[in-house]
Amino acid sequence: MPDYTGPVPVPTPETRPYWEAATRHELVLPRCRQCQTMHFYPRGICPECLSSDIAWERVSGTGTLHTFTIVHRGVKDFPLGTPYVIAMVELDEGPRLMTNLIDVEPDPTRIRIGMRVEVTFADVTPAVTLPRFRPAPGTV
Amino acid sequence: MSRGLSPRSSKLRGKVAIVGASESDEIGKVPHKSAMQLHAEAARNALADAGLTLKDVDAVFTAGVWMASEAAEYLRIVPKWADGTQIGGCSFIAHVEHAAAAIDAGLIDVALITHGESGRSRIGMPGTRFGPDSFRMQFEGPYGMAGPPTGYALVAARHMHDYGTTSEQLAEVAVATRKWARLNPRAAQRGPLTIDDVLSSPMIAWPLHLLDCCLVTDAGGAIVVTSAERARDLPKPPVYVLGTGECASQVIISQLRDFSWWEAAAVSSRLAFEMSGAKHADIDLAMFYDAFTIVPIMGLEATGFCQRGEGGAFVSHQRTAPGGDFPMNTNGGGLSYTHSGMYGMYTMIEAVRQLRGECGERQLQRCTTAICHGLGGQLSSAATLICGTEVP
Repeated sequence: MPDYTGPVPVPTPETRPYWEAATRHELVLPRCRQCQTMHFYPRGICPECLSSDIAWERVSGTGTLHTFTIVHRGVKDFPLGTPYVIAMVELDEGPRLMTNLIDVEPDPTRIRIGMRVEVTFADVTPAVTLPRFRPAPGTV
Repeated sequence: MSRGLSPRSSKLRGKVAIVGASESDEIGKVPHKSAMQLHAEAARNALADAGLTLKDVDAVFTAGVWMASEAAEYLRIVPKWADGTQIGGCSFIAHVEHAAAAIDAGLIDVALITHGESGRSRIGMPGTRFGPDSFRMQFEGPYGMAGPPTGYALVAARHMHDYGTTSEQLAEVAVATRKWARLNPRAAQRGPLTIDDVLSSPMIAWPLHLLDCCLVTDAGGAIVVTSAERARDLPKPPVYVLGTGECASQVIISQLRDFSWWEAAAVSSRLAFEMSGAKHADIDLAMFYDAFTIVPIMGLEATGFCQRGEGGAFVSHQRTAPGGDFPMNTNGGGLSYTHSGMYGMYTMIEAVRQLRGECGERQLQRCTTAICHGLGGQLSSAATLICGTEVP
């Protein structure tokens, strides 16, 4: 694991609970206690109503593929190797996040916008876990 | 849509004019000059074009990785207005709006807007401002986002899904733009190009091929803006600023609210058209920032030249090429002429030249009104300028 060659996130105060939860293989998102809006990426203040009263909520980890690209000329030494799939996933709870779609052939005829996907966790270093997504069972 | 957008006043229509415009001496591959040198050369050339000198300049605008005062320092200008508004590659178009407001308010007289970037050779270029704790590197970087092509591929894929836009339609843009470049001696890429060439070029990030992507060059560009009154005393015919608009929606692509619609462009163009009083049919020349072939397609939709989803059909059959009924990017665009990093500047330089009738072989027969429509970041922002030879 120390040999991981990809970029890793360095958390900031408002994002640390997200990354810490990922190390426990939990996907948590911030939800405003005042207006109940869930948002992503995590802000220290609700971008809808500006309240600072933010709670962290574990989400289902399921969603749909909103859009994707198959990267042929990518980041140097990216651990997934080329071609790899970058995806925008719309979580069932609403917010969208960027991720990699794995366990699928990097072939535009095999990946469908709208397909069901689910989270999986990759412990890439002792301190960092990346949420990635794969097709939901029975999807492909 | 952004929160609260009231109709734009036409108060600034025709109050200021672009009086000088130029690139640096050399553009393309210029490893023997620093980025700031390219700024300075362009500034010198634009001032000469305007019939003005450094002593006339009292306001300096630039964008990118520099403070506006760094460009001023290099040129030994001590401006009373320094504007470094940075919203990506369209910033310089936004600067025209800021300059117009400041000139009209009597705060400044002559605005120098400069761009210079050693995009290809990376000479005298500061590094990235996105550290590992930036939101970009926390929430996109770990997934292998490899610069602009990957972001625009996400947008192109969704546009194709929603509207049936095809790779052939994207390639139409590259081919039509190359035809214009073949008429521009300063264009970097002037060889013949076919749709098949584009489709068979290496895949960078599906669905974008290499030839769907703009060039990466070294170049500078600058324009000079002053009051319409003063402009009429200068040697070359004024290019009047008729309408302006700008809008910034987000920075990183994952924060885009709608992956098949350029929200910022819809706002900036609406504001510019409202200020100008011009109609779409009045536009003789369309200068649309073409970082990737999908961008002008979505730009044409967002600015109202066609309906949402119809951009692919709009550019089909080489409609935007020489001889087509919708001349677009007559300099050869970022795709084939030059793209040093922030191409918005060059949309205005070409518009000025077309409106003055200085374009030689590629000169449009009729060109009295032009639109310059710029892009910033990852579909992050937009700025629009409508300019013309007369004030209606």
